[in-house]
Formats: sequence, C-alpha cells, structure tokens
Amino acid sequence: MVTPMHHGALKRKDLFWLALVALMALVPAVSAITANSFLMHVLILILLFASMAQAWNIIGGYGGQTSFGHSVFFGIGAYGAGMAVVTYGLSPWPGIGVGMLAAATVAVLISYPCFKLSGHYFAIATFAVVEIFNRMFLVWYWVGGALGLDYPMVEEGFKNLMWYDSKTGYYYCALVLFVLIFGIVRFLEGHRFGYYLRAVREGQETAESLGVNSTAVKLTAMALSAALAGLCGAFFVQYNLRVDPGMVMSLDMSMKFVLVTILGGAGTLAGPLLGAAVLIPLQEYTRALWGGLGGGVDLIVFGVLIIVIVVKQPAGISGIVRDIAKRFRRPADAKGGTSVGTA
Amino acid sequence: MALLEVRDVTKKFGELVANDRVSFTVDAGTIVGLIGPNGAGKTTLFNCVSGLYPVTAGRIFFDGAEVTGLPSYRIARMGAVRTFQVVRPLKDMTVFDNVLVGAFLHGAGGAQAREAAESCIELCGLAEYADKSAGGLPIGGKKRLELARALATRPKLLMLDEVMAGLTSTEVKAALELIRHIREKGITLLIVEHVMEAIMPIADKVVVLDGGIKIAEGPPDRIIDDERVISAYLGAKFSRRLQAKREERTNA
Repeated sequence: MVTPMHHGALKRKDLFWLALVALMALVPAVSAITANSFLMHVLILILLFASMAQAWNIIGGYGGQTSFGHSVFFGIGAYGAGMAVVTYGLSPWPGIGVGMLAAATVAVLISYPCFKLSGHYFAIATFAVVEIFNRMFLVWYWVGGALGLDYPMVEEGFKNLMWYDSKTGYYYCALVLFVLIFGIVRFLEGHRFGYYLRAVREGQETAESLGVNSTAVKLTAMALSAALAGLCGAFFVQYNLRVDPGMVMSLDMSMKFVLVTILGGAGTLAGPLLGAAVLIPLQEYTRALWGGLGGGVDLIVFGVLIIVIVVKQPAGISGIVRDIAKRFRRPADAKGGTSVGTA
Repeated sequence: MALLEVRDVTKKFGELVANDRVSFTVDAGTIVGLIGPNGAGKTTLFNCVSGLYPVTAGRIFFDGAEVTGLPSYRIARMGAVRTFQVVRPLKDMTVFDNVLVGAFLHGAGGAQAREAAESCIELCGLAEYADKSAGGLPIGGKKRLELARALATRPKLLMLDEVMAGLTSTEVKAALELIRHIREKGITLLIVEHVMEAIMPIADKVVVLDGGIKIAEGPPDRIIDDERVISAYLGAKFSRRLQAKREERTNA
C-alpha cells in the first residue's frame, strides 16, 4: 500500500501553525508584555526577520540558489514606501506596491544573467550587485542620496502605517506580514510550483528531462522572493521612520537573510521562524548589553552560533528539532504498535 | 509515419566525432533497441534526441514536428521522455515526490498527479520505498525510480538509457517484464542497452552503432548474424574464427 504524504491537504502540522498564530495574535492582550517596549520591539523584529528569511527561503532554500543580493530588494521596497511618504507626501501603500514590483523587476533583470552561473559563482555575482546598488543609491539625488529619507510626523493609524505611542499596531502589521509570507510558502510546498522548485535544486538537468522549464521556475521564484523581501523592507522603513543606503542595502543585511534561514534550516517551512527566534533576541540583547563595546558584537555572536550549529547539524535548528522529536517518538512507536497505532 | 526520425545526425566534441551522420526511425508502438560497444556513441545520440546536447548537423523529428535544437523540457512536454544511465535521483526528496514531479507534467491538479504517481510507483515495485528519501535507495531501486519518474509523465516515446545495466539477472527479468507491460500500454520505447541478451528478445528492431557510425539496422534475428555487428562486438579475430567455423560447418 502506498501511503504518501499529501502536502496539499491540511495536516496536523498546519493546526500547530494555526494555533501558534492565534497565540501570537493574543500577545498584545497581555499588558505585562505591551508595557515592556523593548520586549515588544524584539517580538516585532522576530516576526520581521522570520518573514524576511522566509522570503529568501523561496529561492535560497527551496530553489537552492544562494542569493546574497536580497538586501537590494529589501532596500528597494523600503525606498518605495519611504519615497511615497517623504518625497511625495502620500500614504505608504502605493509606494509599497511600486516597491514590490520594482524589486521583482530588478531581481529578474539581475538574475537572468546570474542564473547562467552555477553554485558559488551565482553567490559571488549577487555579492557584487549589493555593492553596485549601495553606491548607486548613495549618489542618487532623487532617492535622497547619502542623507537618506527622514519621515515627517503624520497622523498615526493603518492608513499611514505609523504609530507613535504604542508598538501594538506595528506588532499586528508584522504578524500579518508573517502570516502572509509563511502562508504563501506553505501553499507552494504542496503545489506543482514548489515541487518543480525543489526538483530544480536537486538536479536541473533531471528536472528539465521531466518537462520543467528550470529558467522560468527560478526566475519566477526569484521575482516572488524579491517582491516579498521588498514588502518586508517597506515594513522596516515604516517601523524605523528613516532609511539610508547603508541601513538597508548592505552586505550586513544580506547576510542576515541568509544566516537566519540557514541557522533555522533552509528549505523548511519552520526554519526561518526558528532561526529568527534564536538569533534576533540574541542580537538585540547583546546589542543592548554590550553595544558600548563597539559595533559588531551581535555579528560575533551570530558567527559563533553559525559555526556551532553547522558543525553539529547542517540541517540547522529544524534538523536538531527533528532529531529530538525522533528520539522521543522511537520508544513510543515500539510499544505503540498495539495501543496507539497511528503516528 | 514514424514517431521519431533521426536524420543524418552528427555530433562533434571539438575534433572528436561522437555521432557521424546517424539516421534511423522509430515507429509508433514498437520497441527499438540502440546497441553498440562502449564508446559507440549511444548515450551521446540519446542526449541529442532528448535535447540535452545541441546537434552539430542533421535533423530530428518527433511526432510530426521538428525538434532539432529545442531545449530538453520542450521535447519532454511533447512526449519524448528519457531516463539517465547514471541514475539521477532528486536526492533530498522522497521517492513519491520524485515521481510526482514527473506526474505534474500532465496533471497540474494535485489529486490527478498524485494518483498517476501512485500507480507508477506501484507498477515499478517501489511502493515500500514511497516515503523514503530517494538518495537512500539501493541501485536497483534507483534504476526503477528513473523508470517510474519518466513513466509518470505519460510519454508517447520512452527513451531508456541502460536501465538494466548493473542489475542482477532476476532484476533484469523483472525489468523486461515491465518493459513489455509498458509497450502494451501503447508507449513506444527506444532502449539503449549494452547487454545484447537483454534487448534481443523484446526488440522489434535493433540499431547498431560502432565508433559513432550506424553499422546495422533491422530485426534482432538478422542483426545477430550481421558480420559487422559480430566484429564490432567480438573483435576481428573472433569474427574470423567464427567465419572459419561456419565455413567448416557448411563444408562438412
């Protein structure tokens, strides 16, 4: 009897995710949490970085194309919203749309030649792209140049995506971002496109021999990944109320897309959340505690953690979680053959 | 009209001529064997037909349309699907998901593709491995996975590249049974095979390559007696000895 996993159908795992989202939606109801502004900040950043990593995961994890260029798409999204508000005095919404579209377009234009390179060469090419965009935005007067864009005081609320007194509004926005991007990836996992994407990662020629247009699959994944990274960038600038090239379009920021995903487990749905949940509190608390020692303490901690995890379990934290789950399940299975039955 | 027509196909790698003006046809509903000693250019020809390599010269027609120079995914979508001699499982995906990738070609709707994948897995005897990672299969299983995955695309022409090499004799028997079953389903087969004994009993026609050149084409029983085929396989010395023996027999 064949009893395959049906990725398309609603599974027990999905119920776990729904419960988790419900729980996260209730967080602002606890006044002890909302009163602690720093804790709210950390929670918002966890949701943001999990979303960013999940956006990267589409092309980097499922598609196997290690892109160090995602800070460019993130930055374009940030500038889209930022320019709508600062330069044109609009609400950020049209800017978000334009930014996502621009990010996807730029992604397709730079990936098309880069996808002809394989393995490390693709990664190196994307490195170069970040430097090019960083320099270009630094000297580009229309986008604010090196000075960047500073937000004016406008009315708070969902129309302007801006809140001053409490972080609850931002928290819910981050949660919506998280649910949207994780939902998209969960949907793709169970559908043809997701299978094709993984097939291209595992063997491009093999996938082509089965009728998969690998170039189209990779470009589509890249465009989607970039548009969602742009959306994250738009949220980032709305939260930060300021943007300049160094903040968003930098190798530092690109590394975070990659590291959070790889640490959590690339090519898995849970990986980006696990990675962000571990790295972001570490980053923010080390920064708060030892920030005075000079910049980069958080990156040192990142680095050490990555080395430890990759040596212990290359599949990342999700691999470690899986191993632990297996260890717990095994004894249960042994006796469960008669009583429990279904695993 | 033939389902596949290879017309004067030449493939050069630099100065090395791997295929030299090879022509043959595959009629719909038949099994055609493509045989020849090591280095005869069988796999190269396969790669040309399936669009993996561009041809240097010549033309290829499939199902009434010219496919010369088309990328391999377009040729696969038209219904000419191949397996690889050096097995290429999608390692980090399960056996079921591997076959499902093939099945999605003509069943974008999930349920339909899943059904097709299940039946191909069943047919190729992989049911017990369905949820296992494809990278962990034994070699015989990987060969069957190649077959199941290609079959799941519902091809008109299935091109098998040495699916029986490296299998035990029991496995070869099972594979031959499977190939006959595939033909009964109306799928045309072009089979590259190194093992002559495996292909002769099932093929309707055999094409023999040696040194990149087609040296013979015809039904298996005629091919077995062909002088050039014997000398290609056994060498000139054995060929002369065989000749001498035959003459002795006829003289006696």
